[in-house]
Amino acid sequence: MSQSTSDSGIDVASFVEEFNLARIGQYVLVILFIGFFLAPLETGIMTALKTNEAVARTIPLAPPTGEGFTWGNLQFALEQLSGAFFNSLFMAIPATIGSVLFGSMAAYGLTMVRWRGQMLFLILFLIGIFLPYQAVLVPLARFWNNIFPLASMLAPTFETLPVVQDFHSNLVPLMITHIAYGIPICTILFRSYYQSLPSSLVEAAKIDGASISKIYRRIVLPISKPMFGVVFIYQFTQIYNEFLFAFTLITGSDTPEAVVTLILPAVGASTSGIDFGIRMSAAFLAAIPTLIIYVAFAEQFAKGLRTGGG
Amino acid sequence: MDTHETAEATTTPTEEVDWETKLRYFLNSDFVRSSPFWGIPFLIMGAAVYGGMGFNVAISLTDARGLTPPDYSLGNLDLEMYTQVLGSNAFLQATQNNLVLLVTFTTVCLVLGLFLAVLIDQGIRYDDKVQTIYLLPMSLSFVVTAQMWLWMFNNNNGLLNIIVTAFGFEPVNWIGDPSIALGSIIFALIWQFSGYTMVVYLAGLRSLPDDQFEAARVDGASTVKTYLRIIIPQLKESSVSAAVVLMVFALKAFTFLYALTGRYRPPNGTDILATLMVREAFKFGKWAYAATIATYLMVLALGVIAPYLYYQYRQGSL
Repeated sequence: MSQSTSDSGIDVASFVEEFNLARIGQYVLVILFIGFFLAPLETGIMTALKTNEAVARTIPLAPPTGEGFTWGNLQFALEQLSGAFFNSLFMAIPATIGSVLFGSMAAYGLTMVRWRGQMLFLILFLIGIFLPYQAVLVPLARFWNNIFPLASMLAPTFETLPVVQDFHSNLVPLMITHIAYGIPICTILFRSYYQSLPSSLVEAAKIDGASISKIYRRIVLPISKPMFGVVFIYQFTQIYNEFLFAFTLITGSDTPEAVVTLILPAVGASTSGIDFGIRMSAAFLAAIPTLIIYVAFAEQFAKGLRTGGG
Repeated sequence: MDTHETAEATTTPTEEVDWETKLRYFLNSDFVRSSPFWGIPFLIMGAAVYGGMGFNVAISLTDARGLTPPDYSLGNLDLEMYTQVLGSNAFLQATQNNLVLLVTFTTVCLVLGLFLAVLIDQGIRYDDKVQTIYLLPMSLSFVVTAQMWLWMFNNNNGLLNIIVTAFGFEPVNWIGDPSIALGSIIFALIWQFSGYTMVVYLAGLRSLPDDQFEAARVDGASTVKTYLRIIIPQLKESSVSAAVVLMVFALKAFTFLYALTGRYRPPNGTDILATLMVREAFKFGKWAYAATIATYLMVLALGVIAPYLYYQYRQGSL
């Protein structure tokens, strides 16, 4: 379908040929939509770099000039968020690894090995993707606070560990929650990949007498490296960006174990209103980890999104 | 790969096979051998998803609120909360807002996403770069985009009001005016999600064979006609799966609304089921009441997902 013109060399003949009204219209639309999608980000970044006076005086899209330029907002926001960055990464990285590994295992058992009734299990996994998390929030809060207070059980151990402090134990229930609810989407992402692999791969190994766990370790794991990249990028972005579970399981934005997304809606707010220079700086800083991942791995992210849904 | 032989051996008993042999067959079957792989993730996920759902329904049948733990004794379980929720104005208002959000947001996202996909598929230069820019908002947290839109919507210095006043109109109170706040928020969410629908449609478009377009051209059909009559009807699958994702998102959208104000109450006129549920639970401690709203929400979501999964199953594309 696509008449791909991705060759980067300047091709004068085709360029002249393309120069007609319909083409111009298409490019105008493309550029207008680039403006539409980037304008909120552009105003955010520009505002982050302006003094309060410049924010009030200049239009949001304009870059800061001379006196109006400052690093102060970013510095202040970074101080506010630095602890939260550690908390977010400390929680998100193990949670991502956990859900990705479990997802790969489940997809292998449900796709590459055939047995009766696996469709039922698959459907149960699929429903887990779409479940509105509101439907489990009250139970989650009760479970981690009253029934199984893992955080306070772990706090003394965390106190003795290097790097982390006792309050970091509050991140462990959040981590486990993310692993559990991340399994369905990771399973479906891996499943779409395993389905595309030739079945002869496993069959041949089976004839050679390899066991199911050996096939997984020796064959499936090595060839699913690219898919591990896709799922890891997708899932890390999801967990790092997530708000609702953190909001439910961590008591407040002023606690030392709060993650980035939890603190952000409170940064730069005072009784006199919101300091948008500081707020935009904080928003931009909070977005940096996912922005870096997105810019570097846009294709993998799009692939994860296409297969798995929002 | 195919293990029907072993599976059959376990289910069709013959006289010579005693139970020990059957058990050995069963333990050697692929079902059992592969069970650690799918079983452990399934138990973790099942406890969280289905255990959580069941627990939530159980709490919704009690009268739990405040610090007293829920009382699950049989005499205490009833559907009182359900009638109470259905009779409350806040719930009805939230349901209405939620439906408006669901229908408008899903429709516009699908139309705009399809338009962008077709636009990019016209053989635009740097199409992959353009696609990356259009999808960029989708990589950001709702907490982050809510802050950016809070600034866009700002009364005095927000970009939207600067544009509006430049055209000679009065500045608009985008999220302060209850009659337009929901529209403003839908607009912002469309900004974030239309890149997603574009990606889904683009994948659908690029999986269609090239020659259809040429055949239509030979027949003298215009580009617009070709798209409307031939191409778009074939994108039904992409439309359905994108619509399901968008509708379910519209039901559970909470973060964007919360992050706009940083408080439990979203801007006036934009309260939806998800925000109402969280507020009743974590601000007022009305656990049973909130669990009931959550159950309604779950039923609504299942009402979207179940037909979709059934459709996919019938199509053989699960």
